Amino acid sequence: MNTPPANTPVGKGTNGEPRGGVPPAVELRGASKVFRTPSGTDHVAVKDLHLTVGRGEFVAVVGPTGCGKSTTLTLVSGLEEPTEGEVLVGGEPVTGIRPEVGFVFQQDAVFPWRTVLSNVTAGPRFRGVPKAEARERALDWLGRVGLSAFADRYPHQLSGGQRKRVALAQTFVGDPGILLMDEPFSALDVQTRALMSDELMELWGGGGSSGTAASTAASVVFVTHDLEEAIALADKVVVMTAGPATVKEVFPVRLPRPRKVEAIRLEAEFVEIYREIWSSLGEEVRITRERGAACVA
Amino acid sequence: MPPVSPETATPAAAPRAGALNRTEARARAARHRRLRVYAARALLLVLVLGAWELLARRKVIDPFNFSMPSKIWDQIVQWTAHGTAQGSLGEQIWYTLSEALIGWCIGVAGGVVLGIVLGRIRFLADVLGPYIKVLNALPRIVLAPVFLIWFGLGPASKVASAVVLVFFPVFFNAFQGAREVDRNLVANARVLGASHRQVTLQVVVPAATSWIFTSLHVSFGFALIGAIVGEYIGATKGIGLLVSTSQATFNSAGVYAAMVILAVVALLAEGLLTFAERRLFRWKADRPDGHG
Repeated sequence: MNTPPANTPVGKGTNGEPRGGVPPAVELRGASKVFRTPSGTDHVAVKDLHLTVGRGEFVAVVGPTGCGKSTTLTLVSGLEEPTEGEVLVGGEPVTGIRPEVGFVFQQDAVFPWRTVLSNVTAGPRFRGVPKAEARERALDWLGRVGLSAFADRYPHQLSGGQRKRVALAQTFVGDPGILLMDEPFSALDVQTRALMSDELMELWGGGGSSGTAASTAASVVFVTHDLEEAIALADKVVVMTAGPATVKEVFPVRLPRPRKVEAIRLEAEFVEIYREIWSSLGEEVRITRERGAACVA
Repeated sequence: MPPVSPETATPAAAPRAGALNRTEARARAARHRRLRVYAARALLLVLVLGAWELLARRKVIDPFNFSMPSKIWDQIVQWTAHGTAQGSLGEQIWYTLSEALIGWCIGVAGGVVLGIVLGRIRFLADVLGPYIKVLNALPRIVLAPVFLIWFGLGPASKVASAVVLVFFPVFFNAFQGAREVDRNLVANARVLGASHRQVTLQVVVPAATSWIFTSLHVSFGFALIGAIVGEYIGATKGIGLLVSTSQATFNSAGVYAAMVILAVVALLAEGLLTFAERRLFRWKADRPDGHG
């Protein structure tokens, strides 16, 4: 804590966590993912990616749009397998969907034909939890996200922010040790987004200094293109290069917790971190933009 | 008792009364508009039927070929009151309807199951794809005589022709529906722990239902066509037979009367289907511009 946070960008491949006997929550070792496009050519989404997420750590991944940030999450979740390299969760290679991994999607992914309550019970029911217990747990989480009164509604009867809360409850009800979030709030308006960020902080309950034991909080990988959001939420911000994505730099964020998203972005320390990370990220954004222009031309 | 209360009450109530008047006027205008539409519809029907009747009576059009509304009505009344040559009218309707319904159910069940299975299992879709295309390209109504030879004059041959007409549109819709399920929903279900089977039954099937339902409306019409054509070619009972015997005895009023009866039956079935759809799709917004 003595080190001034502003001028210690940690180099590629290393991380701020001490390497103890416990394996990190998530580890990517030289992971690459190549997709075959319909026209038959190969598209490299992620290339030689090294990333470590400690237990109870909140990592935000920022990068230019379309650079392959989401692919990183699908690799960790087990939805996709890496073409090369290794993806480890809790020290074990990922071979499929794991019950301790939760995933919040960018778009609405709640089931429109199920009621709010039924959406939240979906996960436990898929995994064979008895109906009564699943219902009880779901009602508890609906209360925590403030949707108790909406249990019998259908998603189309809710606002965008409410639907996102359903998605959060749907994921949190499974008590995930690892939480993957793919630009979860990008479709919301600015005010709702700030509100949801605060709520996420509360639900997550991590951060060590807040009194909650960090070991019980989930490890989070939060993909976003919004740098402010990333700094306000995370312990560590990972900057990705323009696609094919690989880690460019890793910045620790040592702002004290608990944080209030709206207040923290006005602090001098926040602004300083922002400037530093933007100098790294801005360059990648520029490259992406020039490439886009070249493609159009 | 404050004596001012009536005075203070009147000015406060006045604007409210004005607003009430306005909403009332609006409601009245909407009601009038509806009435005008109904009146115009009735008038149009009367005009067309009246013109037909008049032209036929004046022999401008040949009444023997074209018949006239009054004769058609008499025919319906006569069938209803005294029965047809092949039994009571209710029995004929029941025969046709049950053949169409059975054929429709089998065709829908087959189309939905096969469509979803092929939509989920790529290998099968690739293997069977071309054959299904060939069968679909065939004008399937020509199979009706074949079915008559196979299954005889009874209801089975009509059911079979209804099945082949219903199966394909339902199949293609179910297949498309299963293929175009939102990838996010499938990914979400998988991450939440759903097995392949759970994804199929709890995500793909409900997501494909709206695709399937659009085909159900059309396909019930096809089922009726299948049953009628089957009866027309050869049967012992049914509305199709009514058409063919009327035609054979040069009774044009009978042909039209059978058509009218068919139209009513089809409309009723359509109404029932819409009702079922409303019940089943409570999770959907009522209208695209819906509140919610």
